[in-house]
Amino acid sequence: MRALLLLLVALAARAAEPDLRRSGRDTMSSALRTLQADDAQHPAQLALALGRELWGQGGKSCASCHGEPEKLRGAATRYPAWLNGEGGGIVDLPGRIQRCRVRHQQQPAWAPEAEPLLALTALVAQQSRGLPLAPPRSPELDAAARQGQQLYTTRLGALNLSCAQCHDERAGLRLGGSLIPQGHVDDYPVYRLEWQSLGSLQRRLRGCLSGVRAQVPAWDSAELLAFEAYLARRSAGMPMQPPGVRP
Amino acid sequence: MATRAVISLPATPKAGEAFEVRATVAHAMETGYRSSDEGARLPRDLVRRFECRLDGELVFAADIFAAISANPYVSFWMRASQSGELRFSWRGDNGFEHFETRTISVT
Repeated sequence: MRALLLLLVALAARAAEPDLRRSGRDTMSSALRTLQADDAQHPAQLALALGRELWGQGGKSCASCHGEPEKLRGAATRYPAWLNGEGGGIVDLPGRIQRCRVRHQQQPAWAPEAEPLLALTALVAQQSRGLPLAPPRSPELDAAARQGQQLYTTRLGALNLSCAQCHDERAGLRLGGSLIPQGHVDDYPVYRLEWQSLGSLQRRLRGCLSGVRAQVPAWDSAELLAFEAYLARRSAGMPMQPPGVRP
Repeated sequence: MATRAVISLPATPKAGEAFEVRATVAHAMETGYRSSDEGARLPRDLVRRFECRLDGELVFAADIFAAISANPYVSFWMRASQSGELRFSWRGDNGFEHFETRTISVT
């Protein structure tokens, strides 16, 4: 009885704990927030239009299996995922689309960050707007998330910085003129003004890693997917608004 | 891949009341001042002119130059007293042409 009471008290305390996590979109300038919130101004509109065009294209199109893109509402909240079949392994959303393309459409995989791949990723992710990130669990994903957490807290590169030193300990402060965000992954893929295009979370991670002068892991490598698995859990429960806009 | 354009405007604007039209077209807008990784000059490839006509009458036009970034985005305000067809055109280097039409029904 006493133990139960203690448990209840602990749960209540936990529930009352405020969530200090803040999405990057809430710490941007108001101009950028408007850009993301207003579909008529959103710089990813052209990519989304391309995504819709590709969705129905070809003999065996995305539409012939999945129907309208709107049917995939919620799908993007559940990545990275562990695949049992189809060769197994951990995939993120672009990886999932690549597997579909190779296996079901019998087309060659796109290069990483190819325009059509990002367009389809953005289209699928867009359908989950407003839904909380709900990364799945499995022994393989747990292991990847553990590895990702370890990488996140390990000092890397010639600058000898870990992700946590900036995005946990110094989030909200400034690096040069730029605000350091908490590094949540709720809006990917994002249209980054610096890139002048959409980019995936892997591109963002590789950019950060090269920024601290670390060896940049290959696309779809175990390290990047481990990062993604951990980051998805770190942002779990936060509502998604993809595609995002970032400075 | 077909040229894509995204246009946003209210479907039923009020007669005589100003409304905003926003238009963007997918285009690389290569300035002609850049070089490739091999050092060769990348030839200029720009959208040079954007026009919007309501039933043939010019509503808005813009001459576009190298300083405009890729996927040129234009937004302007207009007024319509009667329903009609808005015709958008983008023309540029290398014979680039793209047309879009939108009907507006004034209420």
